[in-house]
Amino acid sequence: MGIMDFFRKKDTSKDIAKDRLKLVLIHDRADCNTELLEMIRADILEVIKKYMDYDEREMDIKIGTTDSETSNSPVPALFANIPIRNIHKPR
Amino acid sequence: MSEVIVVTSGKGGVGKTTTSANVGAGLAISGKKVVLVDADIGLRNLDVVLGLENRIVYNIVDVVEGNCRVAQALIRDKKNQNLYLLPAAQTRDKDAVSPEQMKTLTDELRKEFDYIIIDSPAGIEQGFKNSIASADRALIVTTPEISAIRDADRIIGLLEANDIKNNRLIVNRLRPDMVKRGEMMSVDDVVEILAIDLIGVVPDDENVVISTNTGDPIVLKFENSLAGKAYLNISQRIMGNEVEYLNLFEQKSLFSRIVKAFKGN
Repeated sequence: MGIMDFFRKKDTSKDIAKDRLKLVLIHDRADCNTELLEMIRADILEVIKKYMDYDEREMDIKIGTTDSETSNSPVPALFANIPIRNIHKPR
Repeated sequence: MSEVIVVTSGKGGVGKTTTSANVGAGLAISGKKVVLVDADIGLRNLDVVLGLENRIVYNIVDVVEGNCRVAQALIRDKKNQNLYLLPAAQTRDKDAVSPEQMKTLTDELRKEFDYIIIDSPAGIEQGFKNSIASADRALIVTTPEISAIRDADRIIGLLEANDIKNNRLIVNRLRPDMVKRGEMMSVDDVVEILAIDLIGVVPDDENVVISTNTGDPIVLKFENSLAGKAYLNISQRIMGNEVEYLNLFEQKSLFSRIVKAFKGN
């Protein structure tokens, strides 16, 4: 814990509630809108396939959480796990 | 032109029925002809909140099944001649009515009434679908709690997906003292998160419980209470009138309290 953390005002329960709610809503909104993830997936693959071959059956794109350096609580993150089969040789 | 307004929330127990009763009564006080439709089939409550539980003869299922005419099922309020209730059935379930039947029913009510207020059941299943089937707009009720706000967000998404626009938010049971201490989300916090326009803020007020105990809408029984005023203001805003928001954070000075003590209220 850094010295600044020591002096920082403790989060009130309202701040905690707000942070938790924001996180949960990002998941809810993404889950309820599978089209959105599908569109993101299609666009990402469109870019990647210019540079490499990937394994379409093994790939996974989802919204999860990750630890953040600037926040005490986890923050939402888009995870893309795309196994590479082959990288195109630069022309 | 008449309007069908659904009062909904997703989560149960946040004040949909109280809001329906009081907003409806508020519109009726302003001279509008209002019918409150209890769409919570199987768990009806709007009748007891309005104190009309002893007058029910026919209900909404009787109407859609053709056992009676709409006019026979409507109950006129004891105190306000402009206010009517179409009660839910208590012994049936939500599947007893279909969205198409709701449309037919509200189309008939539109001929007679300025405002048709539909008290939606909690949840997002059949009863909710029936409630929004013919709605022109929605009032989304939430409390400043995570669970209620989360469900409200889901409901807002479903309303938009069903092409129901001009939806407005009511933040219910706000505790200004807790907001001040940072132990409750403020109205601004809730509005920021849900990204929807506000139409009213109702403070937590014990008069709501008291008026429900006796079966009188708070806007009729305690029209000068904070919650009563808040509901009356919401009714005004529904009619398109601009009304200032109540100051719920007013500091009561010793002087004003003394003056109040002498005035006797």
